[in-house]
Amino acid sequence: MPIDKFVKLESTCVPVPIENVDTDQIIPARFLKATTREGFGDNLFADWRYDKSGNPKKDFVLNDPTYSGKILVAGQNFGSGSSREHAAWAIAGYGFKAVVSSFFADIFKNNSLNNGLLPVQVSKEFLEELFQAIEKDPATKVEIDLENQKITLQPNGPSESFDINPYKKKCMLNGFDDIDYLLNISNEIETWEKANS
Amino acid sequence: MAGKTLFEKIWDKHVVTKVDGGPSVLYIDRHFVHEVTSPQAFAGLRDRGIQVRKPEKTVATADHNIPTLKQDQPIQDELSRFQVNKLALNCEEFGVPLYGLNHKWNGIVHVIGPELGITKPGMTIVCGDSHTSTHGAFGSIAFGIGTSEVEMVLATQTLLQNKPKTMRINIDGELGKGVVSKDIVLYIISQIGTGGATGYFVEFAGSAIRNLSMEARMTICNMSIEMGARGGMIAPDETTFEYIKGREFAPKGAEWDKAVEEWRQLPSDADAAFDKELVFKASDIEPMITYGTNPGMGIGISKSIPTFEEIEKSTQATFKKSMQYMDFEPGDAMIGKKVDYVFIGSCTNGRIEDLRAFAAFVKGKKKADNITAWIVPGSHQVEAQAEEEGIRQILEEAGFEMRQPGCSACLAMNDDKIPEGNYAVSTSNRNFEGRQGPGARTMLASPLTAAATAITGKITDPRDFL
Repeated sequence: MPIDKFVKLESTCVPVPIENVDTDQIIPARFLKATTREGFGDNLFADWRYDKSGNPKKDFVLNDPTYSGKILVAGQNFGSGSSREHAAWAIAGYGFKAVVSSFFADIFKNNSLNNGLLPVQVSKEFLEELFQAIEKDPATKVEIDLENQKITLQPNGPSESFDINPYKKKCMLNGFDDIDYLLNISNEIETWEKANS
Repeated sequence: MAGKTLFEKIWDKHVVTKVDGGPSVLYIDRHFVHEVTSPQAFAGLRDRGIQVRKPEKTVATADHNIPTLKQDQPIQDELSRFQVNKLALNCEEFGVPLYGLNHKWNGIVHVIGPELGITKPGMTIVCGDSHTSTHGAFGSIAFGIGTSEVEMVLATQTLLQNKPKTMRINIDGELGKGVVSKDIVLYIISQIGTGGATGYFVEFAGSAIRNLSMEARMTICNMSIEMGARGGMIAPDETTFEYIKGREFAPKGAEWDKAVEEWRQLPSDADAAFDKELVFKASDIEPMITYGTNPGMGIGISKSIPTFEEIEKSTQATFKKSMQYMDFEPGDAMIGKKVDYVFIGSCTNGRIEDLRAFAAFVKGKKKADNITAWIVPGSHQVEAQAEEEGIRQILEEAGFEMRQPGCSACLAMNDDKIPEGNYAVSTSNRNFEGRQGPGARTMLASPLTAAATAITGKITDPRDFL
């Protein structure tokens, strides 16, 4: 099944300047009872976003009309904890296309890439600059250019390059998914199985 | 040529092919499936019109959502019931063996794999659950995956994976009185942080590890994800073989001898190089407890919460948020803090040894009146064993009740939720905000510390009783 292509994105950002945002904060376990991939965006950051009665908490960034955009900018070690892909579904379902942080948990990173959500790992210094720029002017735009692996604070920088596995980059640029790739090599898998049984 | 690590030996043996400039195609020997992270993967197979490639290498159980009381009756929560039923329907449609609710082998996925002898050295094991690292205690490569990857493994029995770096964590020396494996792992995480092993597969080694039982080793590997590691593992040895021998799915007869012979080749070679090595002294570890909202925020139980000044500047905002959530003051002592709930269970500490340790501690004592205790065995087999050994009776005499198996209050997907604002000493693995219920305040600790706390009604050093 194809994933959304990601080539270049220019957008304003939503800042969450908190470290170690774990997957239980991104999507609490009680929302994991669904059996489809849809609808998780409504409960993204549920316990930070809504009070007990389900009313939006004014002080949380997703409820603040000052901030909007397709890029989530978060503190270091984003996505630690559980392997729930629901975290990536919730972020993508809300409408984000990329998450920028100075450090990502492994499983979260894989899950994001498998859903067309680009994790962009930047230096601590660059992340700090982003937070400051966004705080100063919430209309600040950031450009993420996957082809050139470059993230740029608009209009005039600074910019920084980021790493991505070449295979995953190709998948994101073209909207390919891993299962298609693996199904295409099923003969090779079968040969391996015979040799190793 | 330099020797190979335990990890490299298993990894290299399972690489089917390598994508140019990209990840390896890793063959998976065993795939564990549960109700929460699989429905979308089965739906994906249906959409593509394909089957499960190797149903015989797949095994499913219902654990995350199930109630821990009245399991013989229909699940009350509609969404939970639907998800558990969905698993049964999917397993039937795709021919996957299911140890569902009320099956004699039902239990937490990471408890039943080892106890049935499904988990064995040298294997590659995955599950849509981050605590799959538990199985690494047997000297296997075991790690958690997301649902897209669950679909990948169901469809192809392989995964596209980048080879992680390797780390060895050595813990040498003798553990002090009242210090158990949970304390070792909480100590390591408190030292290196929740991202300290991100990007690495960790091998735990050293005399303190070698001296542990299999169940204690599982507790350590279980929490390797909490230091960010892709997985954790321990070299197989006589303790490992002894544990597996005779179990339901263990090799028998000549097959057994052959298997053990192969397993003996697995430990890291003496000249194998790791990308990173860390060394800790067992004698530096005391019973541990967490004070904050991630597993790295732990201290020796006799210590005080760090002061604001002791926290690195960049982490201060996060620390402050954590203190507010817990309603603790920086610099507070942990001992003597009020506790409302005690939870014994989960894939971290829900095995028979954990119940034995807890029962031996509370035997002849009485539960404090202010404590609500939930004691949840990790599987039906653990429950049956506890019954047989008289553990249930000891617990009941001390004022405790044993519930039915499941993940329970570890992640509170069922009704076992710690009420808002209440404090719980929990033998589970995560103290994240809201993990054990919205607004619940969790302090992670060993079964011994949990037992001492359950008796006194406040945070208590188990060594006071030993």
